[in-house]
Amino acid sequence: MLVYLVKRVLYAIPIALAVGFVCFMLVQIAPGDPINAIVPPDAPQEVVEQVRRDYGLDKPLPVQFALWLGKVVQGDLGRSLATGRPVWGDLSSAIGNTLTLALAASLIGFVLGCVLGGLAGTFRGSILDRVATTFAVAGVSVPHYWLGMVLVVVFAVQLPWLPAMGAGPGGSADWVWDWAHIQHLVLPAITLSVIPMGIVTRTVRGIIAEIMNQEFVVALRGKGLTRFAIFLHVVKNAAPNALAVMGLQLGYLMGGSILVETVFSWPGTGLLLNSAIFQRDMPVLQGTILVLAMFFVALNLFVDLIQTTLDPRIKRA
Amino acid sequence: MRLRHMLMAALLPAALLASQPAAAQGTIRIGMTAADIPLTHGQPDQGFEGNRFTGIPLYDALTAWDLSRADRPSTVQPGLALSWESDATDRTRWIFRLRPGVSFHDGSPFNADAVVWNVRKVLDREAPHYDPRQVGLTASRMPTLRRAEKVDDMTVALFTSEPDSLLPINLTNLFMASPTHWERMRANAASAEAAWNAFAASPSGTGPFRLTRFVPRERAEMTRNDAYWGEKARAERIVLLPIPEANARTAALLSGQVDWIEAPSPDAVPQLRARQMQIASNPQPHVWPWQPCFLPSSPLSDVRVRRALNLAIDREGLRTLLGGMMQPALGTYPAGHPWAGTPSFQIRTDKAEARRLLAEAGFSPQRPVTIKVQISASGSGQMQPLPMNEFIQQDLRSVGINIEFDVIEWNALFTNWRNGCGHASARGAHAINVSFSAMDPFFSLVRFWDSKMAAPVSNNWGMFNDPRFDRLVSEARNAFEPAARDAALGRLHAAGVDEALFIWIAHDVGPRAMSPRVRGHVQPQSWFVDLRLPFIQ
Repeated sequence: MLVYLVKRVLYAIPIALAVGFVCFMLVQIAPGDPINAIVPPDAPQEVVEQVRRDYGLDKPLPVQFALWLGKVVQGDLGRSLATGRPVWGDLSSAIGNTLTLALAASLIGFVLGCVLGGLAGTFRGSILDRVATTFAVAGVSVPHYWLGMVLVVVFAVQLPWLPAMGAGPGGSADWVWDWAHIQHLVLPAITLSVIPMGIVTRTVRGIIAEIMNQEFVVALRGKGLTRFAIFLHVVKNAAPNALAVMGLQLGYLMGGSILVETVFSWPGTGLLLNSAIFQRDMPVLQGTILVLAMFFVALNLFVDLIQTTLDPRIKRA
Repeated sequence: MRLRHMLMAALLPAALLASQPAAAQGTIRIGMTAADIPLTHGQPDQGFEGNRFTGIPLYDALTAWDLSRADRPSTVQPGLALSWESDATDRTRWIFRLRPGVSFHDGSPFNADAVVWNVRKVLDREAPHYDPRQVGLTASRMPTLRRAEKVDDMTVALFTSEPDSLLPINLTNLFMASPTHWERMRANAASAEAAWNAFAASPSGTGPFRLTRFVPRERAEMTRNDAYWGEKARAERIVLLPIPEANARTAALLSGQVDWIEAPSPDAVPQLRARQMQIASNPQPHVWPWQPCFLPSSPLSDVRVRRALNLAIDREGLRTLLGGMMQPALGTYPAGHPWAGTPSFQIRTDKAEARRLLAEAGFSPQRPVTIKVQISASGSGQMQPLPMNEFIQQDLRSVGINIEFDVIEWNALFTNWRNGCGHASARGAHAINVSFSAMDPFFSLVRFWDSKMAAPVSNNWGMFNDPRFDRLVSEARNAFEPAARDAALGRLHAAGVDEALFIWIAHDVGPRAMSPRVRGHVQPQSWFVDLRLPFIQ
């Protein structure tokens, strides 16, 4: 297990390099100029060139990449071109906010998904199955930014029950788990949960339905086990696959949703990426994508390890 | 005596009520269009929204815009300088006499040393506090300023690279930060850059508000500066919230999370009005044009085609499309503006005359002229570029003009704007649709029509080159009496309209929506507002 763990961590290094390189090149290939993050569009050429020199943006691309990489290795993601602030400062607070939102959305989405999927799989072909499947299809089909706007119109504008935007009455910096703050989380978390809810429902339904048809379940029934006891056996068999799907979904949620965070002005990684993309703020863009990619790698590893623990039949090379 | 006491007691509440607006009153929460809090170190980013919210409220410049009136164009007035004049023997030297008794938020005095220090922060690469980040945001707005010299404690000399009567207008962009406070930050910082970051988190200017809380990307809270040298703010506190998405801003206002939003989308205006929100708008010194390419291969090198386009556009129809949230542009400056002059070519909607001019140029509905325009799908100051351009495209077809669009991303369009229409990035476009501010004549006229400003030096994207215009520019820059300068700028503008050097289409009206509780706001004919005036009732 330890060797496997070390191997997986080592695999992350080329992944990090590749992600950094691809991101760097994508920004370079895209039309536009990172200098626009620092100077207004009407700046005279001499000012543009001076600032380009000051920021080292006049150096050859391989040199720029090597300089950036050299700093990253030392744990320095650089400074934002637009604000001058260290990338890590903004990124760490954004990750914290996205994590809060993602965990809340996961909680809603996974619990609902497991319950609906479990019911649908157990009572396949019943009205319960059809209702759960309808929810699942709606969940993966409805554009979540649209759903977010509808929820805001209904629950923030028409019925002023919940706030329309933001991460707390004083911002996310003083976040505490009280209702004044949690109420800001409700609408974005529900919005963000519908896709994982739909995917998990469909996955769990399929797995449960498949397991229910297996011979060992017939044998358990023949042995006279109660329905609940059989269900527990089924759940244990379904868990590894369901966990893999949930792990991937959690990874997507951790990456932040640009659209949902923009609709709710939720100061997470999605909103950070959004403004970095529009401003061509390369250090923020590269740093954020790199950290998120590494997060994804770590999460996959974590899910793999849990799967192995739950199901010893899964061997790791 | 008892009667007098009773009378005073009766009148006291009324007197207090009447005096309330003068006292600090309420917190105004503002939803900005920016995705982040504009920089707070004294030279804000995020375009003029930055100057509006973290520039003017926290800092002052030597000169300032008069934002107190809605019924006339904003003009430049004394700020931290009481008066200024160009040296008659050396027109590149200006003398500015400073306002006495002004202190920075940290208590240190504002004086000539502070001015020199602030000029050096962006123009002197050898200065210990030189900040490349601020250069792009400042030096570009003061293209001829070169250095500053202290004459005495309250007098400073500024030097320009060439005679330039526009300097006092340019200087509204150079905000004065506290040298003492920066030195204090520097003592605990590893580098000058780090010191500026620390300064930005706890800035010190001379403005009517001081920053009291700053959460990057989320909020900035400003509290009224009771020691302000001028008229003090009426509101006690201003909270700035970046809400880049227009629907989210509208929802935030309607749900009571904010009291004021910038740029509500035109579609939302009827709903906002129905909910008793106030909609403030006023024509801004902003131009939404098509800037022509003057190279010989461009059909817009023919003045008859340019005039035909100016006459063919149905600007009133466009205004209806935008729910009234625009002003038809009949030039860079409307009639009556000090820099409008008296053009002989009257821009209006006259399709018959447009057809006649096109026929004269050899075009007709059977042999239409095709014009390719580079546009963006969105962008700061670009209003609603897609529906507006599509409306014009349909409209111009009726007079035999085919419009083709090359839609590119906003940042890329900016980059192309600096390259010029002969560059590969123009991809054969005959015009480009980039809106601009017309507050400062350098940015509204000179950089487009002076041949020395041809791309890539500045934004003469169309490569316009006419010695007559170079002369007019020079006359304007060398007219040092305000009246003579205005007249020279008027001649320059009028000549530009006569030659139809732009396809003028719209002025933005800077709409903003406010809760009925916000009182005292004045919507000036400017990109900026005076946040000292509004208060919460």
